[in-house]
Amino acid sequence: MSEFLNPDFWAFVLVIAGIYSIFSLGLQLQFGFGGLLNFGQVGFSLVAAYTMAILVARYGVDLWLASVIAIGFSMVAGAVVAIPTLRLRAFYLGIVSLAMSEILRYLALNLQGLTGGPLGSPGINGPGHVAQYTNQWFLMLDSIRERLEPVLGAMATRDVATLLVVWIVAFALIGLLEILVRSPWGRALKAIREDEDAAAAMGKDVFMFKLQVFIVGAAIGGLAGIFLALQLSAFVANDFKPILTFYGFVIVILAGTARMAAVPIGGLVFAFIFAGTRFFTFAPFDVLSSAERSYVRLILIGVILILLMRFRPQGLFGRKEELML
Amino acid sequence: MQELIQLLANGVIVGSIIALGAIGITLVFGILDIGSFAHGDYMTFGAYGAFGAIAASGLPFPAALVVAALATALLGIFIDVAVLRWFQNKGPDSMIIVTLGVALILRHVIYFVAGSAPRAYPIDVTTVLDLGLIRISIVQLTVVVAAVVVIVITAWFLANTSLGKSMRAVADNRDLAAVAGVNIRRVRWSTWFVSSALAGVGGTLLALSQASFNPELGWTILLMLFTASILGGLRSAYGTLAGALIVGIAMETSTWSGFFGGLDGVYKPIIAFLILIGMLMIRPQGLFGKARLV
Repeated sequence: MSEFLNPDFWAFVLVIAGIYSIFSLGLQLQFGFGGLLNFGQVGFSLVAAYTMAILVARYGVDLWLASVIAIGFSMVAGAVVAIPTLRLRAFYLGIVSLAMSEILRYLALNLQGLTGGPLGSPGINGPGHVAQYTNQWFLMLDSIRERLEPVLGAMATRDVATLLVVWIVAFALIGLLEILVRSPWGRALKAIREDEDAAAAMGKDVFMFKLQVFIVGAAIGGLAGIFLALQLSAFVANDFKPILTFYGFVIVILAGTARMAAVPIGGLVFAFIFAGTRFFTFAPFDVLSSAERSYVRLILIGVILILLMRFRPQGLFGRKEELML
Repeated sequence: MQELIQLLANGVIVGSIIALGAIGITLVFGILDIGSFAHGDYMTFGAYGAFGAIAASGLPFPAALVVAALATALLGIFIDVAVLRWFQNKGPDSMIIVTLGVALILRHVIYFVAGSAPRAYPIDVTTVLDLGLIRISIVQLTVVVAAVVVIVITAWFLANTSLGKSMRAVADNRDLAAVAGVNIRRVRWSTWFVSSALAGVGGTLLALSQASFNPELGWTILLMLFTASILGGLRSAYGTLAGALIVGIAMETSTWSGFFGGLDGVYKPIIAFLILIGMLMIRPQGLFGKARLV
């Protein structure tokens, strides 16, 4: 029960909610607005996380610059997945994107010289010296914490500072995306989603629109990957399993497809189930081991997804007229 | 040279396991228009079904294989009736996401029941037959023989029985088949029965061919199943068989020392991925498929 009353625990849950919300905003753009089924979003997060960590830990690049370059790499990976598959049925994009994310994880696990291999990010500079990419991030968090201290007192921790940064970025991103989807570009995108042939007949280059939306979504996946890496302080390739992409879809469907501003609520609901239920360590829940509880949690997430799709496909906040599913 | 022949033989073994899973994907896609991301986990279910049968009642391996096939066949029908049927008339995206959800649930149910510890069948895997040019273990021989038998039975079933003919008729044109009096529900259930039973056998053989297996068994092979299925054009069982052999042989021979010194074995899945991407760019309808269906 002790965790239930610990503010840091709930700050952690909110940070998870924020990072997953950012991750899912990319999927919302691709799927909710573009009708594109990206099952490999976690691959773009992986690319960005490793690129950032390698640039910072091995080459001493500034964290901000490294993050920008890292997101660029995610966008290139997005183009590689999208170009061969966008002309085909949604199913093919799903397969290829999922496969690519698994291949990237596989490469990250095995290319020891580049990624640290099975050692994960601490092994980026080779075994023997522990590689770190978080110094600048922690300095920033500490300076935020110092400014919060007069207001929050003992509650001002690094976790609370992280929470602020993540959610400010998430809301800024939502603002940008709302502008984007209301722009002529966003309207063309919706037209393509509703009727590709009609949009093409109006002179819209369907392929280019889909490619652009996929690459922007991949960039957002990359941004989430950088936050995930910073939050974890050290990561391994297996922190980027396809299950994360699946969580993203659960959040998008909870929020309702084509509802950008509702994504954080999906993220909060998800984070409560996924991370917030970790304080259920008392009776009767303690009959299950911690591993068993994690399996039950995942089964529950799968069941919720299927029930939502069955009984409330527009999500908690979706509009029926924009129903995708 | 002998190394290459050995690798070709290994490729045929791997390919026949992939075929068992991929033919199921092809049948379900061709007949029911469902792209199932859960098929790998059906294979895992079969592998654990056989393991449970052997552990609980000491069944001999061939009998456990039959148990795995039947248990997975029933699972396939159950999941269709309990879940997938709801989504048949919604968009294709719904169905794909739901199968991914089914995969997640099934895998973690297996984790919950069987635990994450690696398992192995209580079978001697060390005996090796020396056939001159190639060396093949008893296990590998079992895998190939079982796979060939099952594939031949499936082919015979599809070609000669009235049910098999109905299934192919639905794959060709569902509405026409329905008008002609084909019992669509019967076809639907038999499709799931056949493709899930194949997955159960394939999963068990896959588990047998590895030193040990865990609940990720089938999920990790899913990409290879899709690659084989797409190579074959996604609608042809024979095309899928050919695709599976191509994928299996390509993955195994990539380690041949005559091929740029041979790739490290860990890169085999990447070979399958490159074949998939290359195929989709050059000929998305597959080696034997028709372009109008893509």
